[in-house]
Amino acid sequence: MPVNVLMPALSPTMTEGNLAKWLVKEGDEVSSGDVLAEIETDKATMEVEAVDEGRVGKILVPEGSEGVKVNEPIAILLQEGEDESALDQAPTPPAAPSGNGEAKPAEAAPKAEEAKSATPSSATSGSSGAAGTQQMLEKAPPAPPAPKDASGERVFASPLARRMAKQAGLDLTQLKGSGPHGRIVRADVEQAIERGVGAPAPTEAPAAAEGKAPAAAAPAAGPSAKEQAEMFGMPYEEVSLSSMRKTIARRLTESKQTVPHFYLSIEVEMDELMKVRKELNARAEASGDDYKLSVNDFIIRACALALKKVPAANASYNGNTALMYEHADVSVAVAIESGLITPIVKKAETKGLAQISREMKDLAKRARDGKLKPEEYQGGTFSLSNLGMFGISQFEAIINPPQACILAVGKSEQRPVVKDGALSVATMMTASLSVDHRVVDGAIGADFLAAFKKLVEDPLTMLL
Amino acid sequence: MAENSYDIAVVGGGPGGYVAAIRASQLGFKTAVVEREHLGGICLNWGCIPTKALLRVSEVNHILSELDKFGFTAKDVSFDVSKVVKYSRDTAKTLTQGVTHLLKKNKVDVIDGHGKLAGKGKVAVEKDGKKVADVQAKHIILATGARARALPNVEPDGKVIWTYKEAMVPKAMPKKLLVIGSGAIGMEFASFYSDMGVDVTVAEVVDRILPAEDEEISDFAKKSFEKKGMKIHTGAKVTGVKTNKNGATAKIETAKGKTEEIQVDNIVLAVGIVGNVENIGLDSTNIKVEKSHIVVDEWLRTGEPNVYAIGDLVGPPWLAHKASHEGVICVEKIAGLNDVHPLDTSRVPGCTYCRPQVASVGMTEKEAKEKGHKLKVGRFPYRGNGKALALGETEGMVKTIFDEKTGELLGAHMIGAEVTELIQGYAVAQTLETTETDLMHTIFPHPTLSEMMHESVLDAYGRAIHF
Repeated sequence: MPVNVLMPALSPTMTEGNLAKWLVKEGDEVSSGDVLAEIETDKATMEVEAVDEGRVGKILVPEGSEGVKVNEPIAILLQEGEDESALDQAPTPPAAPSGNGEAKPAEAAPKAEEAKSATPSSATSGSSGAAGTQQMLEKAPPAPPAPKDASGERVFASPLARRMAKQAGLDLTQLKGSGPHGRIVRADVEQAIERGVGAPAPTEAPAAAEGKAPAAAAPAAGPSAKEQAEMFGMPYEEVSLSSMRKTIARRLTESKQTVPHFYLSIEVEMDELMKVRKELNARAEASGDDYKLSVNDFIIRACALALKKVPAANASYNGNTALMYEHADVSVAVAIESGLITPIVKKAETKGLAQISREMKDLAKRARDGKLKPEEYQGGTFSLSNLGMFGISQFEAIINPPQACILAVGKSEQRPVVKDGALSVATMMTASLSVDHRVVDGAIGADFLAAFKKLVEDPLTMLL
Repeated sequence: MAENSYDIAVVGGGPGGYVAAIRASQLGFKTAVVEREHLGGICLNWGCIPTKALLRVSEVNHILSELDKFGFTAKDVSFDVSKVVKYSRDTAKTLTQGVTHLLKKNKVDVIDGHGKLAGKGKVAVEKDGKKVADVQAKHIILATGARARALPNVEPDGKVIWTYKEAMVPKAMPKKLLVIGSGAIGMEFASFYSDMGVDVTVAEVVDRILPAEDEEISDFAKKSFEKKGMKIHTGAKVTGVKTNKNGATAKIETAKGKTEEIQVDNIVLAVGIVGNVENIGLDSTNIKVEKSHIVVDEWLRTGEPNVYAIGDLVGPPWLAHKASHEGVICVEKIAGLNDVHPLDTSRVPGCTYCRPQVASVGMTEKEAKEKGHKLKVGRFPYRGNGKALALGETEGMVKTIFDEKTGELLGAHMIGAEVTELIQGYAVAQTLETTETDLMHTIFPHPTLSEMMHESVLDAYGRAIHF
């Protein structure tokens, strides 16, 4: 019997994605493990592999389709000896779990995973895979479970608010409650829907957020860009936004509007670091080692070590609590063609410069190819953004929530400095820290920058 | 002449004013209440409480009328009107003394006299036309209440044509009574007199009685009252009233356009209320009055800084518990407390203590439809409930209205024995924003009337067990 190829869930929270590209066409023979298609979520492109042998009988979802629900059949695979006439015998697709907006992302995900694990069995026992999926769908609990926030604490929300949030695809942990003791009530959900906040976090149903995006992007006051352009006859070309662009827009709007930012800047002398870097790279070349350290690799390590010295800066605001992270997971902003992504050097404080350098190269390459896995760019406890290579001397970055700090570093350049009362020339770099004042105060931010400066200016201490 | 300075002065000591004053004092404000007549206001003295005492009496009379049903035989059962009235007045008096005590305990000064605004932060108090005090206050809360509305062609004279006040203290039982207006007050008096054996006619200008209630409840109530002998004219106008030595004649233009003339001993005028906005110093202030009620914002602020108004003096619903709640909101907002929320009028329950009782909270079915909701409506009749049967009270129903999409409890409407005590269950459910699921998961004790509240919810989703 023909087998359905289902839209996979690429992360536990994904409910739908875009079918970017088919790598096979109808009639192609495929064997298990062959890449069939590329799926695009808001941040990454992932491959769909065949779990069965067979021939591509019919492609159900054309490439370029947006908002394809997880578990929706995207193609039908014919088994050996079957021809196109068998196509209509393909198992009736189970109702897509989020098809009517009923299923909560968190619920849909486990189901999707179960469905995925059930699919291989269909290779041997025909329709039992799909039947199994159907059963699992029916077992799905009807009531949305009480959501939990990042720290696993129960989020207090009225049953009505919970249901409305579920129907609107909102993440309750992102909302602030106005009810008794901060309980989230109907009015909060209605307001969130209106303002477009609390939309699913990255990789969660981008389409759910899309409907609300205009509300967030264009506040009630004043004309939208388009209205204004029409009004004044300004010629333009309208380009549709990629999922990534929408995510950037939403997340950063939310950050700048809800996180009270403040900014600290410090000048760091880079001559020593440049010298050590040159020396280490020369040695690597001489000994045939496969690394070449960049200034940024040093800065990543300096950030990680400074965070260990000033752990109060390695934190997240969490409503009534703060989370103090054990490790320095440094998110490094990488500019790519379609926008911006922040792959993470995890536990960077435990990694040497060579390892950081190798990891960063790999992450950056796969970021540009759109091949990062969600867990490689989600999470992180601290962000680093470096525009030095673009000739920028100094800038301030927007915090990447729920992190509390982001360090923006500019170009290392020769500047006049006063040393011992005399004017001289040194290679200087300006580092600016943007800080979430709800959890990190000015003195802590200053301590962090001082520790950072000390490490960068005395780079040998970084090698310890 | 006393001159006193306070943080908060409340003008009017009814359920809005005295509650506001106690809450203010709890929050540490130096507080005074100015009251011209009785602490507790109309509610305690001439409204809610004494009428409940009367309705208890008429309920007893009704039970006596069907003693046979319970296996009793009694002969020559009668009542004495003056004793009935005394029971009602004593009840009110006990409570008024209670309020006096509460204010004293909470260190609220009570100033006896008629208060009116007299410039910024000033209330002048007069007694018998003489000024007795000047009160200075940072914040002034007006809570002067309301009074019965008169009809242009029907002026209450206190003898034959009554307002609620005279209807509460009859010297003798009328044989025939006309009640004009079928809101809560009208229907409570109609029910009281009817159960006391009076031949009662009700005239209502709207096309149904209890016009604030769900239409289905209005219809149910009308049939029920008619069954016990009341005559009800809906869509009817009282075009003329003439008093004579035997009482009065009233011309009623019925819905069909015919005019009937009836002779009655007394008439109760219950066609709504007007706010007491006169002679409280509103002239030359920025306080706006619309249709005899003061205009306030969500925090009960008037157009004049630091002057507030609450209760019947402002917008509907005109209910004692709404006034009290506004008093608390107003004071807590002045104190700058967190977690203060404006009054949500859709969550103010309404109760009418006629027989059968009527209680409701939230939207009627019609309102919910007009607001664009798709509905799930559940109903459960009293005759399907064991406790109701045991009580001998098989007349009534519980109706619930849910939003189909969200499961929000939009409204609940009940008619029957003790529904005024039951409605609070739904009010709590609404405040906590429960959905049908939570109500279904709630265990209701057996055997109780409250089981009908559960069954009605189940019925809305086609799952009623006992009917």
